[in-house]
Amino acid sequence: MAADKLSTRHLLGIKDINRNDIELIFETADNFKEVINRPIKRVPSLRDVTIANIFFENSTRTKLSFELAEKRLSADVVNFAASSSSVSKGETLIDTVNNILSMKVDMVVMRHPYAGAGQFLSKHIKAQIVNAGDGAHEHPTQALLDAFSIRQKLGDVTGKKVVIVGDILHSRVAISNILCLQRLGAEVMVCGPTTLIPKHIHQLGVKVEHNLIKALNWCDVANMLRIQLERQDIKYFPSLREYAMMYGLNKQILDNLDKEIIVMHPGPINRGVEITSDVADSKQSIILEQVENGVAIRMAVLYLLASQG
Amino acid sequence: MQKKTLLDGPKIQITIKRLCHQLIENHDDFANTVLIGIQPRGIFLADRIHQELQIILKNKKILKGNLDITFFRDDFRRKDGLVSASSNSIDFIIEGKKVILIDDVLWTGRTIRAALDALLAYGRPEKVELLVLIDRRFSRHLPIEPDYIGHQVDSLDSQQVKVTWASEGAEDKVILLSEKL
Repeated sequence: MAADKLSTRHLLGIKDINRNDIELIFETADNFKEVINRPIKRVPSLRDVTIANIFFENSTRTKLSFELAEKRLSADVVNFAASSSSVSKGETLIDTVNNILSMKVDMVVMRHPYAGAGQFLSKHIKAQIVNAGDGAHEHPTQALLDAFSIRQKLGDVTGKKVVIVGDILHSRVAISNILCLQRLGAEVMVCGPTTLIPKHIHQLGVKVEHNLIKALNWCDVANMLRIQLERQDIKYFPSLREYAMMYGLNKQILDNLDKEIIVMHPGPINRGVEITSDVADSKQSIILEQVENGVAIRMAVLYLLASQG
Repeated sequence: MQKKTLLDGPKIQITIKRLCHQLIENHDDFANTVLIGIQPRGIFLADRIHQELQIILKNKKILKGNLDITFFRDDFRRKDGLVSASSNSIDFIIEGKKVILIDDVLWTGRTIRAALDALLAYGRPEKVELLVLIDRRFSRHLPIEPDYIGHQVDSLDSQQVKVTWASEGAEDKVILLSEKL
């Protein structure tokens, strides 16, 4: 049984929310999924709410997904991209956000290259904050939509085995996913080259496997992460080709498994590196469902946070 | 708490039958008319009206859906608690159809206003009519009046009208609750 309101005023990370919060977000997202499949996809719930999307780091799908979610809830939306702003002239984070808030903004959706930026901001400003990714720390809405997609496909997350494959070290998606899936009762394994698995990851209670085939044989769901070359300041593996040979998922590997697993990817996909095109486009892949669910999950999060005021 | 029974089982059945005959007078065989129950409480009355119409019209297929208005309410962020949404189930087109909106109690009219908004997300109906079991007249906040009324009651704002249904595991009953002075 889900709670009747969230236990938090901001959504900074999965770390800060409990299982009841997650269930409530899922139940609300179920209703919004129905809304976004109607001929008129808009409801007036956030008509008097202004939301600023502040992106200090590039993003396509997360930004689009949040913007669509906000517009479908009838919120007023302002967008801000650091690359074309006064941040490049040396303005601080608090000054930037305070200036935006002076224009009477109620909520801030923020992506920032530094871990903890949302946490820091929540202590200094009154508006509610939704973390849209902070460095290699957390990306809560992505984890929620991933777990929601698994629940939609398999009926339940509890008891399911999920392997997260790839660049765990630099991935905020991996950390949020591990926390979210475990909170919902799933078993989680991480798989990748030793250099891309954080040293103390076992402290989170996850299994570690370096052999992709073994990992795939164990799991019900494989979440293939993108190799984040932009965050890798040193070489973590000899070449992309070698990575693709060791940890890339292709149709042959998928067909050779003695069971049918579900393939996920948070995007953007490096086709031919993490997964091949025929896997990405196969019926076992739920990548496009993840994108659709992303809008519903973000609508649910914004709606539930707005009700807390 | 004082309780007064406004309608009980047999009276509710007679009222529903009468409402159905009134509907048939205006909508004939329901070829271009659909029934929409407003979530969460209006759907029980909509079910009963639907069942009764099918008996009277000898199993003629009549379209019926459930409409949730949660996201269209005008008191969101003004209330303490969050109202959780119910499901919508309207698997037909309402464009050009005559729609009978059905709810158990009409009080301030705000629910109906939200329902009209919610309904437009499914298309532009030819006409919308409102059917309620209980009309708490003289307490409207908006200029909304029902077309079909089961029973009218004059009540204070502090009073509550509660409708229970046999299909919910209770009994068919309408009671007026008021604080003891």
